[in-house]
Amino acid sequence: MASERVEQTVFTEEMKKDYTILVPDMLPIHFRLIMQIFENYGYHMELLTNTSRNVVDEGLKNTHNDTCYPALLVIGQFMDALKSGKYDVNKTALLMSQTGGGCRASNYIHLIRKAISAEFPQVPVISLNFSGLEKNPAFKITVPITVKLIYGVLYGDLLMLLYNQCVPYEVNKGDTDKMLEKWEKRLGKMFAENKFFDTKRHYRAILNDFASIERSKEKKPRVGIVGEIYVKYSPLANNHLNEFLISEGCEPNVPGLLDFVMYCATDRINDGKLYDRKGSGYYGYAVGYKALYTYQKQQIKAVKEHGVFFPPHDFEELRRYADKYINQGVKMGEGWLITAEMAALAESGTENIICTQPFGCLPNHIVAKGMMRVIKEAYPEANIVAIDYDPGATKVNQENRIKLMLANAKRAK
Amino acid sequence: MKKIYDLGIDVGSTTVKTVILDGDDIIYTKYERHFSKVRETVIDQLEVIKQSYGENDFRIAITGSAGLGLADASGISFVQEVYSAFVAVEKTYPDADVVVELGGEDAKIIFLTGGVEQRMNGSCAGGTGAFIDQMATLLGVTPDMLNDMALRHEKIYPIASRCGVFAKSDIQPLLNQGAKKEDIAASIFQAVVDQTVSGLAQGRKIAGKVLFLGGPLSFLPALRNAFKETLKLDDEHAVLPELAPVFMAYGCALQAKEISQVTSIDEAIEKLKNAKTNDNIVIGKPLFQNQDEYHEFVERHKQSDLKYEDIHTYEGDAYLGIDAGSTTTKLVLITPDGKLLYRHYCSNMGQPLDIIADKIKEIYRIATPKLNIVSSAVTGYGEDLIRTGLGVDFGIVETVAHFKAAAYFCPDVDFIIDIGGQDIKCFKIKNNAIDSIMLNEACSSGCGSFIQTFAQALGYDIADFARLGLFAKKPVELGSRCTVFMNSSVKQAQKDGAEVADISAGLSSSIIKNAVYKVIRAKSIDELGQNIVVQGGTFLNDAVLRSFETELGRNVIRPAIAGLMGAFGCALYAKENAKGDKSSLLTAQQLEQFSYRSTAAQCGGCGAHCNLTIIRFNDGHKFISGNRCEKGAGIKIDTENENLYEYKYKKLLSFAEQKPQGTSIAKVGLPLALSFYDLLPYFSTMLTKLGFEVVISEESTRDTYYKGQQTIPSDTVCYPAKLCHGHIESLFEKGVDFIFYPCMSYNIDEGGSDNHYNCPVVAYYPELLKANNERLSDENFIAPYIDINRKNHTAKALARAFERYGITHKQIYSVLDEAFAAERTYRKDIKNKALEIIANARENGKKIIVLAGRPYHIDPEINHGIHKLIASLGLAVITEDSVSELVGVPPLDVLNQWTYHSRLYRAAEYVCTQPDMQLVQLVSFGCGIDAITTDEVRAILEEKGKLYTQLKIDEINNLGAARIRLRSLVAALEEKERQTAAV
Repeated sequence: MASERVEQTVFTEEMKKDYTILVPDMLPIHFRLIMQIFENYGYHMELLTNTSRNVVDEGLKNTHNDTCYPALLVIGQFMDALKSGKYDVNKTALLMSQTGGGCRASNYIHLIRKAISAEFPQVPVISLNFSGLEKNPAFKITVPITVKLIYGVLYGDLLMLLYNQCVPYEVNKGDTDKMLEKWEKRLGKMFAENKFFDTKRHYRAILNDFASIERSKEKKPRVGIVGEIYVKYSPLANNHLNEFLISEGCEPNVPGLLDFVMYCATDRINDGKLYDRKGSGYYGYAVGYKALYTYQKQQIKAVKEHGVFFPPHDFEELRRYADKYINQGVKMGEGWLITAEMAALAESGTENIICTQPFGCLPNHIVAKGMMRVIKEAYPEANIVAIDYDPGATKVNQENRIKLMLANAKRAK
Repeated sequence: MKKIYDLGIDVGSTTVKTVILDGDDIIYTKYERHFSKVRETVIDQLEVIKQSYGENDFRIAITGSAGLGLADASGISFVQEVYSAFVAVEKTYPDADVVVELGGEDAKIIFLTGGVEQRMNGSCAGGTGAFIDQMATLLGVTPDMLNDMALRHEKIYPIASRCGVFAKSDIQPLLNQGAKKEDIAASIFQAVVDQTVSGLAQGRKIAGKVLFLGGPLSFLPALRNAFKETLKLDDEHAVLPELAPVFMAYGCALQAKEISQVTSIDEAIEKLKNAKTNDNIVIGKPLFQNQDEYHEFVERHKQSDLKYEDIHTYEGDAYLGIDAGSTTTKLVLITPDGKLLYRHYCSNMGQPLDIIADKIKEIYRIATPKLNIVSSAVTGYGEDLIRTGLGVDFGIVETVAHFKAAAYFCPDVDFIIDIGGQDIKCFKIKNNAIDSIMLNEACSSGCGSFIQTFAQALGYDIADFARLGLFAKKPVELGSRCTVFMNSSVKQAQKDGAEVADISAGLSSSIIKNAVYKVIRAKSIDELGQNIVVQGGTFLNDAVLRSFETELGRNVIRPAIAGLMGAFGCALYAKENAKGDKSSLLTAQQLEQFSYRSTAAQCGGCGAHCNLTIIRFNDGHKFISGNRCEKGAGIKIDTENENLYEYKYKKLLSFAEQKPQGTSIAKVGLPLALSFYDLLPYFSTMLTKLGFEVVISEESTRDTYYKGQQTIPSDTVCYPAKLCHGHIESLFEKGVDFIFYPCMSYNIDEGGSDNHYNCPVVAYYPELLKANNERLSDENFIAPYIDINRKNHTAKALARAFERYGITHKQIYSVLDEAFAAERTYRKDIKNKALEIIANARENGKKIIVLAGRPYHIDPEINHGIHKLIASLGLAVITEDSVSELVGVPPLDVLNQWTYHSRLYRAAEYVCTQPDMQLVQLVSFGCGIDAITTDEVRAILEEKGKLYTQLKIDEINNLGAARIRLRSLVAALEEKERQTAAV
């Protein structure tokens, strides 16, 4: 039950008509696709791209300063946008995801409400969740929407994968970006016309298109990025880590979003096995997980058969890697997934790994910093660096540590 | 003939080092401070080189933390500095095993043998060289003098090693209590060593041949000695290379040979001159657009001044106020109508007692014989010492003193903010009483003394430095976090070509942002009210004051005596409360004979073994400080019936004394840490009933922490978790057959909440322990995943875990009820005891504090005896879990999904229903979840008109800040009561 201290405005059917829903900037490629999907269901969404210093200042002002950096940035971005005058605050809603896990992230939505309640009590905050944590009458995640979102993630992952494998090598600067833009548009249209199901055909078309970009043959060190999900992906949070690595002559290798989705799906399954909690959700999740895994395997197969690019990790394989170092019962935050991704990267030849985390991230004490010793023991050549992100950490400090890692990487060659 | 030389340039945070190689020979080295003029200094150095070697060609590379931007902008090759060191070591000391390098702001370790690994300090562990400089400034000496002092030390005090700011707050009380400077100096070096060993080595042993590099290790033998002793190295294995100060530049030159293009020196100079610094720096608005604006500002603030009276001619009554602050000492003498007779403001040089005695002597000397000091009062860190030593009439808490003074200038003041040398204090005033207090947490302390240290580092006097900032055209935005972070922000700004004036203005704005965002955390300015008074020495800096007004968007009142407000408030208090017509202050004659001697000792009163400083005055009486409770000071108080923390701790430990029937199957060890502070009765009973002999690890002390320090992989995890590592070692010492430590995503479901998780750290710490302590294996470490709410599952999971002992599912199932019963009995007993304490307190008219935290906060090494401190202020203390079940869950605006934290919300709700109760929340530093709970608990309490007090605790055991808060709380309660009575 909510108190009377904080206003909670519900997003209604009425609002759906002419409200703009603001979306925080986490995964630019994926989110642009996902927003196009929602547009088709009559929601007007806008991806926030405000990144000025004021975003951080608003975040600091409106959250507890020991709150994790992702919460601070998301809230800062929302506040900065609401105050910018760019939006009619009486016709604006905010969207935030919520997993319900044991990490602080499940509380972000509440922190957002607290932050805006004094100045913008009329602005509804919508929870995007798949577990029924909060119900929004006018923002229902129906089965068709869910299916489309999953496809959105799949296509998004493929675009991101190929993008990172092309940009460092493109001969004509800008080619890859153009290609990405082209496919974002085309996929958006396909979602609108419900023509996205034939993944086999579309994957091949995408692969062919990206393969047609003229690329140099030189071999660049591949650098894996793992970590807390927001900091790992969001350029705002990680000071444009992807771009920085490319400019340093590296090829970034960022595991896809589907891994995280599947990680969430295995939560109930693992709980069921560990604690004999095979309640209502268990079998549903088991079926859902199986479907996701099938989708992933199709994508891996497509990339492998095409033969030009290297494929994403197989999730079942990730689970086996996890089992070597940590129990899959470690399920808060990104949990065992981070450990598994580090191991999988090292195993598959990406020995340079940056583990991004918000300063003071609780699960990461265990699954990231806590597991580095055993991973380095198993892979003595692994070159892992943990980078903390927070409002006070400077880019120069972070880059210096990454440069040290790269110096090692180049030496090892 | 034209030669090709290799030139390495190392641009550090404070210095530029250059080395020239002719083949393998070093033909030139130079070490120069750059005073933040990075580019200019490098160019100057190249010009110098040009004089002697200009006709030759060079391969040039730049290295160093401040060199990156310069290299990027000029197109000269860059070599990462740790890598430079690495290359140099391989060349000169191929047999070295480990390199320890401390720079101006970095600490690095390179492990060379057994798997090459290079480590740099995390963004939190920050400055070492800068840290030593800062500490030296704090003691009023140069780093070299600090070194000499340390060589003469007798004992070492524990000083927090993780962060400079923490260390400072450990040192300050030691200084104010009169600990020997020699001992403090050595303790500072020891702290640097501990920081390096625990923060960087993280489990890897520093052994074999160790090279020491970098400025501090080169120039401070005492620091080297501290390393040698801690690492147990002999002279043969602790090596300071001849080249140490320019070692990185040497490595860089070696690298230049490999990677750089040949160029002439002129070409390089040209490149550097044309180097465009990138626009990474964010520019703020100038503080003043023009002189007129400044003039208006100055005139406006002139209005808040006192009237003056000449002490040389004044005859009549006077009142003395003393503020023995953390870094400064302030004295004020006023007439009955508030005119200023005498004032003094100076650094206490770590000797507040001497300075204040001196100044009182001066007052006696210059005053007319007819000036009569009627009464006196003292406040600040040194309050107790000064009061005892000099016979001051009253000692009052700082917040009260500041409020008194502010109200004098602005009777309807709503909000007071005081930024001093070490701390920020803010308080809201409601109904003429202090309503809520906000102090900076230990981690954001970088206040006045920070800007001063910075000014000095850049070669400026603080007043000049501040003036420069006033008219800076492009103030840089430097972020708003702690000192260490600001250091690197400044570094970045310098790199990007910011001028000193811009940095000065930027620092002023940082301090303000720190206060507004981090300490006040006001959502809107209106929350602060209309009338804001600013004070504290830092606000005498016009740049800081202007930044504050700009940030708030409104004018504030700064009394001309902003730096003396604490003392002035004391004088006012002394006047209001004067008894009789003569102060008890030492007379001129008494002061002539005044002397004292300080000695160090360790209290044997209990297991805490507080480090005491005993000061004996020449008139025979003595003053003891450093003690957590009253025992050390020789006062005995009965806390048994007023302090549930004591009782609960003893009660919990009693569950470790159960014995199995018959012979035991095996000796099982339980670490006395984290969740076992809650569930020990359950697990201990279960294991005993199954036939195991249960052994718990030792009671935590600082040594427990040191024991496990080597296996801690994350230096920012909370202290309760860090202690866990030592408890594992303790169990090994006790020779257990195996350690039992289950992983638990879920805690007991106590109802009324959205979920019942443990926090990630509590839930999965066994996984971390196993991965980082090589002595742990599947054989001796049993860590099954269990959800103890589910009996059948628990029995099944444990049967699997204990398979090798032949224990069956049925056996376990049959004892689980007893285990739960034991847990329930324990809880019930705690609840009953709480009711008893409450009743007892009410009978004696005492107020009750719910000291709310986590179960493991009853660990005396974690709470540092705060409960004793509360008890010593005449309050009864109970725990959060003893009252949480007396009420339901209140309406909340957070997802209530953690068992321990849910208890906090309920406890807060319960406190709201009890007029004589208040809640004080204990928060472990680094507890991310409390970022959520603290705000919610505060909201619950404040909605019902209760005061919210939060105490942050870490490995540091300085109770000074806690004492201020608690005393302010008591003062505020008394004031409220007085007002209620008056109505």
